[in-house]
Amino acid sequence: MTTAHPQAGAHGPPGPAESNYLTDGTGLKSWLFTTDHKRIAILYLFSITFFFFLGGIAALMIRLELLTPIGDLMESDTYNRMFTIHGVIMVWFFLVPSIPTVMGNFLVPLMLGAKDLAFPKLNLASWWVFMIGGLLTFFVILLGGVDTGWTFYTPFSSTYANSAVTLMATAIFIAGFSSIFTGINFIVSIHKLRAPGMTWFKMPLFLWAIYATSLIIVLATPVLSIALLLIAVERVFGIGVFDPALGGDPLLYQHLFWFYSHPAVYIMILPGLGVVSELIACFSRKPIFGYKAVAFASMGIALVGFLVWGHHMFVSGQSVYASQVFAFLSILVAIPSAIKIFNWTATLYKGSIGFETPMLYALGFIGLFLFGGLTGLFLATIAIDVHVHDTYFIIGHFHYIMVGGMVTAYMGAIHFWWPKATGKLYPEWAGKISALTIFLGFNLTFFPHFVVGYLGMPRRYHEYPPEFQIFNVLSTAGSTILAVGYLFPLVYLAWAYKFGKPAPSNPWHATGLEWQTPSPPPKHNFHEIPVVTEKPYAYTAPEEEDKS
Amino acid sequence: MSAATPASQRSLAEHFVEVRQQEEARTIGMWVYLGTEILLFGGIFGAWAVYRYQHGEAWREAAHHMDLWLGAINTAVLLLSSLTMALAVHAAHALQKKWTLLFVLATVSLGTLFLGIKAYEYMQEIHHGLAPFAAPIPVRQAFTPATELYMNLYFAATGLHAFHLISAIALLGGFILWILKSGLSADRAATLEILGLFWHLVDVVWIILYPMLYLTR
Repeated sequence: MTTAHPQAGAHGPPGPAESNYLTDGTGLKSWLFTTDHKRIAILYLFSITFFFFLGGIAALMIRLELLTPIGDLMESDTYNRMFTIHGVIMVWFFLVPSIPTVMGNFLVPLMLGAKDLAFPKLNLASWWVFMIGGLLTFFVILLGGVDTGWTFYTPFSSTYANSAVTLMATAIFIAGFSSIFTGINFIVSIHKLRAPGMTWFKMPLFLWAIYATSLIIVLATPVLSIALLLIAVERVFGIGVFDPALGGDPLLYQHLFWFYSHPAVYIMILPGLGVVSELIACFSRKPIFGYKAVAFASMGIALVGFLVWGHHMFVSGQSVYASQVFAFLSILVAIPSAIKIFNWTATLYKGSIGFETPMLYALGFIGLFLFGGLTGLFLATIAIDVHVHDTYFIIGHFHYIMVGGMVTAYMGAIHFWWPKATGKLYPEWAGKISALTIFLGFNLTFFPHFVVGYLGMPRRYHEYPPEFQIFNVLSTAGSTILAVGYLFPLVYLAWAYKFGKPAPSNPWHATGLEWQTPSPPPKHNFHEIPVVTEKPYAYTAPEEEDKS
Repeated sequence: MSAATPASQRSLAEHFVEVRQQEEARTIGMWVYLGTEILLFGGIFGAWAVYRYQHGEAWREAAHHMDLWLGAINTAVLLLSSLTMALAVHAAHALQKKWTLLFVLATVSLGTLFLGIKAYEYMQEIHHGLAPFAAPIPVRQAFTPATELYMNLYFAATGLHAFHLISAIALLGGFILWILKSGLSADRAATLEILGLFWHLVDVVWIILYPMLYLTR
C-alpha cells in the first residue's frame, strides 16, 4: 500500500513542526469558544463521556438493588428515580448525541473534503445548548431526580408526579435544540460542502448514515419538544391536554412521545450502522458489498422508522386495526436492517480479515445487533408483545440494540479514528482486551434478561419473586465486568494520548479523505481542497498491497 | 431567489468556496429549521385532526365559541405583515436603508397589533368562562370533556404561535437597532431575507390555525 499524499510533510516523521488543531490555540477559552468542528467534537467527547458514566453509575445501582429479590439497597421511590436518571441520561445525553456529535462533528467535514461544517457558530451553539440541558438535568438529579421513567407518561408526569418533572422536561427540551442544530448542520454540509468530484454515490456510507440520522433528528425532535412543552404547560398553567381530569387525553401524549422516541431509536442506531460499514470494508480489505443497497437501506430505515411508533402502544388502548398496521410496518424495518447485515457478511466473504481492535467491535456489533433485531421481530408481533410487554424481555431487546449495537459501534469508532484525532497510537493488546471484556460482560448482563423477561419478570420494580434471583445475579455479575470493560479504555486511551507512539496519517491503510490529511489534522483540515476521483472503499487485495 | 445585490458585495466565510454556495447553504439551513417548526406545530395539527374526527359534533359546537371576526381581522393583519416583510427584503437588497427600516417597522407594528388583538380575545374568552384552566369550578363542570379539550388545545396552539410571533418581533427589532447603529449592507440584506423566512413561517402557521380553529364550525 502506497501512502501517496499530495501534502507536504506526510511522508516524513510527523514531528511537532506542523501545527494541528490540537496545538493551534491554547487555553480554556480557545476550546470553549472554538468554532473548529474537530475541537467541538472533543468538547462533546468529554461531555458525553461524563454523562455516560453518570448514567452508568445509576445502572450499576439498579443492578445492585436487583441482586436480591427484596428491596434492601433502596426503597421503591428511590429505585424509580434511579432508573429514570439512567434512562434520561443515557438516551438524551449519551446515545442520541454519541456518534453524531463526536464522530460526526469530527468526520463529516473531513470525509466531505471541507474545511468545516456549514454553520460553525451554530455547531458551537449546539454544544453550549447541550451543556445547559445536561447540567440542568444534573441539577435535577441533585434535587432528588424524577420518578416518572424516561418516558414521562401522562397523566402521572403531568399531574401526579411529585418531583421536578417540569425542570427535567425543560432540560430535555433544551437539549433537543442541540440535536436540531447538529442535524441542520449535517444536512446542509452534506448538500453544499462536498469536495469537487464527491458525488452522492462516492460518499462514504458513514455520511449516508449521518444524513439519514439528521433527517430523523430534524423531523422527529420537534414532536418531542411539543410533547414536553405541553406537559410543562399542563403542570404550570393547568391547560390540560393530556390529563383526563383537566379535559385532556393521555393517549395523545403516548402518540406524540413515540412519534419522536421510536425514530429516536434510529437516531441512535443508524450512525452505528454507518461506522460498522466503514470498519468492515477497511478490515476486510474489500470494497463494501452492495454500496447503493447499504446507502438506501439507511434511508429506508429512516423512512419506515417514522411509521412504526404504535408498536409501543399495543396494550395502551389504541385501535386494534392501527395495531395490526403498526405491527406489519414494524416487521418491515427488518428488511433494510437485514440488507445491511447480509452486505456486511458478503463483504467479509473472501476478505483478508484483520482482527484489530476496531474490527473486534465491528464483528461484535454484527452479532449483537442481529440478536437485538431478531428479538425486535418478536416484539413487533402483537400476540408475543402482549405477553412480554413491560417485562425484562423488552429491556434485553433494546439494550442489545442500544448498548450491544450503538455503544459497541461508538467504541469501534473511537478506536478506529483515535489515531487520526489525537495523532497517537493506543496499545493494541489493551484495545483487544477491553473489546473482548465488553462483549463478554455485555452478554452476561443482558442475555439473562430475555429469559427472565419471558418467564414474566416485569420491568421497573425493585423487588421480584425469588425464583428469578439466579438470572439477576448473573446479570449483576455481568454488569460489573461490563463496567471494567468501559473503564479500561479511559485508562489506556488517556495513557496513549500522553505517551503513545505517534500515529502516521493513515495507520489502517484506509480509504477516505480523512486519511489523506496529517494526524492530527491541521486546523483547516486540508492544505488544499482534495479532488475525488476514486470510488469509495477502493480497497485492493492484500497481495497487491504487499508488492508496493 | 436573491439576485438583487451582486455577489462581489458579500463577505465570504472562509470555509465556503463561493458566495453562491454560502447563500444556498444558509437558505437550505433556514428551510430545514422551518421544517422543524412545522413538525412542532404538526403535533398539535395532527392531534386536532384526529379529535375533530372523533368528536365531530361536539367540536363543531365548540368552534362556535371562537370570535370569528377577531380571528378574521387578525388573519388580515398578519397577511399584511407578510407583504411589508417581503417589501422590506426587496428594499434591503436594493440597499435602500430608509425604505427597509420603514417596512421592517411596519412589519413589527402589524405583528404587535396582532398580539394586541389576540390578548383582547384571550381576555374576552377568560371573561366569558371559556378558558377551562381559568374558569371557576362550577363553570368548569359545565364543559363537556370534548369542549374542554378543544379550548385547551386552542390555548396551547395559539399561545405557542404567539410565542413564535414575539420571538420574530424581537428578531426584527434587533435588526432595526443593528441597521440604525451601523448601516445596511449586502450581507445584512441577506440576513434580513433569512429573518423574513421565519416571519413568513409564523404567518403560515396562523393561516393553518385560523381555518382549523375558527372556520370548521
